[in-house]
Amino acid sequence: MKIMLLIPVIWILLASCGGNGSSSGKNPYTADDSKKEANGNPSYDPNRGEGKFTHVDIPAALDAGMAANGKKTFDVKCGSCHKLTTEKLVGPGWQGVTQRHTPEWIMNFVTNTDAMLNKDPKAQALLELCLVRMPNQNLSDDEARALYEFMRQNDGAK
Amino acid sequence: MRHLKYFTVAGAIALVIGINSCKPKNAESAVTNDAAAKAYVAPGKYDLFYNFVSGGFSGQLSVYGLPSGRLLRVIPVFSMDPEKGYGYSEETKPMLMTSHGSVPWDDLHHTELSQTNGEIDGRWVFANANNTPRVARIDLTTFRTAEIIELPNSGGNHSSPFITQNTEYVVAGTRFSVPPDYEDGDVPINTYKKNFKGHISFIKVGKEGEMDIAFQLECPGVNFDLSHAGKDKSHGWFFFSCYNTEQANTLLEVNASQKDKDFIMAVNWKKAEEYLKEGKGKKIATKYAHNVYNEKTHTATSEIKTEVTVLNAMELKDICYFIPCPKSPHGCDVDPTGEYIVGSGKLAALIPVFSFDKILKAIADKAFDGDFQGIPVIKYEAALYGEVKKPGLGPLHTEFDGNGFAYTSMFVSSEVVKWNIKELKVVDRVPTFYSVGHLCVPGGDSRKPNAKYMIAYNKITKDRYLPTGPELAQSAQLFDITGEKMQMILDFPTIGEPHYAQAVSADLIKNNSVKFYKIEENANAFVAKGEGAAKVERKGNRVDVYMTAIRSHLVPDNIEGIRMGDEVYVHVTNLEQDWDVPHGFAIKGALTSELLIMPGETQSIKWVPDRVGIFPMYCTDFCSALHQEMSGYIRVSPTGSNVPLLFSTGKNMPVEDPAKK
Repeated sequence: MKIMLLIPVIWILLASCGGNGSSSGKNPYTADDSKKEANGNPSYDPNRGEGKFTHVDIPAALDAGMAANGKKTFDVKCGSCHKLTTEKLVGPGWQGVTQRHTPEWIMNFVTNTDAMLNKDPKAQALLELCLVRMPNQNLSDDEARALYEFMRQNDGAK
Repeated sequence: MRHLKYFTVAGAIALVIGINSCKPKNAESAVTNDAAAKAYVAPGKYDLFYNFVSGGFSGQLSVYGLPSGRLLRVIPVFSMDPEKGYGYSEETKPMLMTSHGSVPWDDLHHTELSQTNGEIDGRWVFANANNTPRVARIDLTTFRTAEIIELPNSGGNHSSPFITQNTEYVVAGTRFSVPPDYEDGDVPINTYKKNFKGHISFIKVGKEGEMDIAFQLECPGVNFDLSHAGKDKSHGWFFFSCYNTEQANTLLEVNASQKDKDFIMAVNWKKAEEYLKEGKGKKIATKYAHNVYNEKTHTATSEIKTEVTVLNAMELKDICYFIPCPKSPHGCDVDPTGEYIVGSGKLAALIPVFSFDKILKAIADKAFDGDFQGIPVIKYEAALYGEVKKPGLGPLHTEFDGNGFAYTSMFVSSEVVKWNIKELKVVDRVPTFYSVGHLCVPGGDSRKPNAKYMIAYNKITKDRYLPTGPELAQSAQLFDITGEKMQMILDFPTIGEPHYAQAVSADLIKNNSVKFYKIEENANAFVAKGEGAAKVERKGNRVDVYMTAIRSHLVPDNIEGIRMGDEVYVHVTNLEQDWDVPHGFAIKGALTSELLIMPGETQSIKWVPDRVGIFPMYCTDFCSALHQEMSGYIRVSPTGSNVPLLFSTGKNMPVEDPAKK
C-alpha cells in the first residue's frame, strides 16, 4: 500500500530531474532568439545543434589572424584525426565542412561533443560511419570560433 | 526517497535477518537488520566520504568510498606500480630515490589529512614510510604523490606523519633509535644506551605544500611509537608515546616490557623554534633525498640534501618532558578540545588520560621525579586527569566524536569501547573481527570530528571472506556511531595491512579533482604537441621517439633503423583533452613496461632492445572501438646495420627504398 502511495511521488521526482542546463552570462555568440517550447526551453534545432552557441555572426570577409590561431588549435587537437581534404582518416575530412553545417552546429559540436553525439541526427550518422566517438578536446569558445574561421579558410573563404 | 531506498534493499535485509535467526552466536550476530540500508549507495551515486587508508606493506595508499566500502583508487606512494607506470616511467623513477639509491618499496603505516585551524582542509594527505624513513605528500586534486622527503638520523619512521593544526609541521619520530649519521655508527650493538639516539624530525610545510626539514630534536635512545599534535589550547605542543625505555637492544618482546611505566613525551615545539631562531641548533652533515613531482613538466626530480639542523633536547631545557605512562604505550591521541591526552598502554589493563592544564602546572611547579637522560620526568599523578578502569584488553588507538566520547580499539579482546572522556566511564562496546588495530572517525583526530561513522581496521581476517589460500585480504568494519550504541553496518576487505586511516566529507575534495592536463601547458622536455611534432631523433646510440597517442592511433607507428646497442626512449604524449581517456603504452620485451598517460600528459619509457627483430607496441588501456588497432611495430637491426632511421604512420607497403634516400 505504501508503494502505491509512493508512485506519484517518484513520478514527480523523476519528472523534475530532466532540467535543461541553461548557460547564462554575456556571451557574444549566444543571442537568445531561438524558438521556445511550451515549458520555456528552446526546442531542438538540428541545424543549430545543442550547446551554448545559438547565433554566430560570420562576416563575409575572412579574418586571417583568427584563422591562423585556428590552425594552431587544429595542429595540436584536431589534426590527428581529420585531414583538410575530403579524405576520411579517423573522422571525416574537413573540405566542405562549412557548406555541410552551420557555424552554430560546428561550434556546438566541437564544444558539446558528447551531448550532440547522443542526440543530433547528423552527428549520429557520422558516428555510424566513423565508429569512433569524437573526443571532446575541451576547446574554449574563442578556440571554437577561430577553428571555424580556419575551416572557412580551408573551404576557400577570402 | 529514503523509503524508496529501503524498498530496493529489502531483499538484502531479509537475507541478513534470515542468517541472523539461525546463527545467533557468531560474527554476523553483531549486524542488525537495517545495516544494509545504511551502507547502501545506489549504482551511479557518490559515496559521502573519502577514506584514505594506509596500504601497510604494499607501500601504497588506498582510497575507499564510505559508506559503501568501494575501493576507488590505489595511489602509488612508496612502491612501484606497473598499473600506473609509477616507478617505471622515466618521469616517475626519481620519486623512489633515497640516499641509499632507488628503494622501490616501503611500509606505509599512517595517513594524515592536512588541516587549517584544526579542521581538515582537503588539500593534501601525508603518509609515512616506516622502513627507509620517508614522508610523502599526496595532492588531493590529482590523487598522486607530489613529494617525498627522506629523514636522516632515523630508523623505522613510525610516529609519523602527524601534523600540527595549521599544517605548520609534519613530524617523524624514529621507532628504532640508531647512532646518528654524524657519529661513527660502527659500534657494538650492545652499546645502545651510550651510542643510540632517537631523532624526531619537524618537517616544515610551505604554502604550496613543499616540505623541508626545519629541525630535528635529538632525544634519548628509546622507541618513539606514535604521536599527535596538541590543538586549540595545547597548540604548540606535540605528544609522542615511547616504549623500550629499558633501552634494550635484543629480544624486545621481553626486555622492553620490564618496566611498569614507559613515557609519553611532551614536546614544546614553539620553544624549539625559539632555540632555532637563537642559533642553538647545530648544522650537521648527512645525506637525504628530496623528490618532487612537477605537474607542468610531468616529471619528478630528486635532489640529495646534505645538511640538517639538530637541537639537542637533552641539553636545551624546556623543550621535552617525559610523562610516565603504563606498559609500553602505543596510541597517543589528543581530544578535540586539546585538553585530554590519551595514552594506550598496549599491555595495560587501564587507559590513562592526561590533562594538558595539569601538565603545564606540573612543569611550572617542577613536580618532577628526577630525569631520564637529561629530560625531566613529570610525576604521574601530577599530569594525570584519571584512568579508565577495565576498558578491555590491549588498548591501542583512540579516536573522538566531538561529543565528549572517545573510541578505543582493544587488540587483545577484539573490540571497540566507547567511553565518556570527562567521566572516564565505558558506555558501550562492540566486537570486531578480529584483533582490531587502528580506528578512524572522519576528522576523529581534528578539532571538528564529523562523527557519522567509525571504521575498525583489523589485523586478523580468518573466516570473514571466501578463502583465498594461505593469504587473506585484511578486514575493515564500518560502524554507524550516530546513535548511543555503535552499530556494525558493513565489512569490507582492504589491501596490504591497513594501519591508520583518515576520512573526510567528499564535498571537501570531489569538486577540486583535476580532469585532464591542458596540452598547451605541458612543459615536458619531450612533449609532442600535435602529430606534426612527432619525430625520431638519434644522438649516438640514444634514440628519442617523440610519439603522440589519440583515439586510436600512435604517431609514429612504424619505426625502423633501431640497432642493437641503442638506448631507446619513447616519449608518449596523450593528445586527448577530455576526462577519463588515458592511453597506455608497452613494447614487447621492454623491462619497464608499461606507461599510463593521462590526457595532455607526456610519459617516457626506456627500452634497450635485446635482440634483432620486429617488436610490436600497443595501447594497453582500452580507449575506443578501435583500441585493438592502436598499435605499431619497431624494427631492430644488428649493430652497425645501415637501415636508415625511418618513422611514419599511415604509409603502407611498399616501403621507401633506403637507397633512394
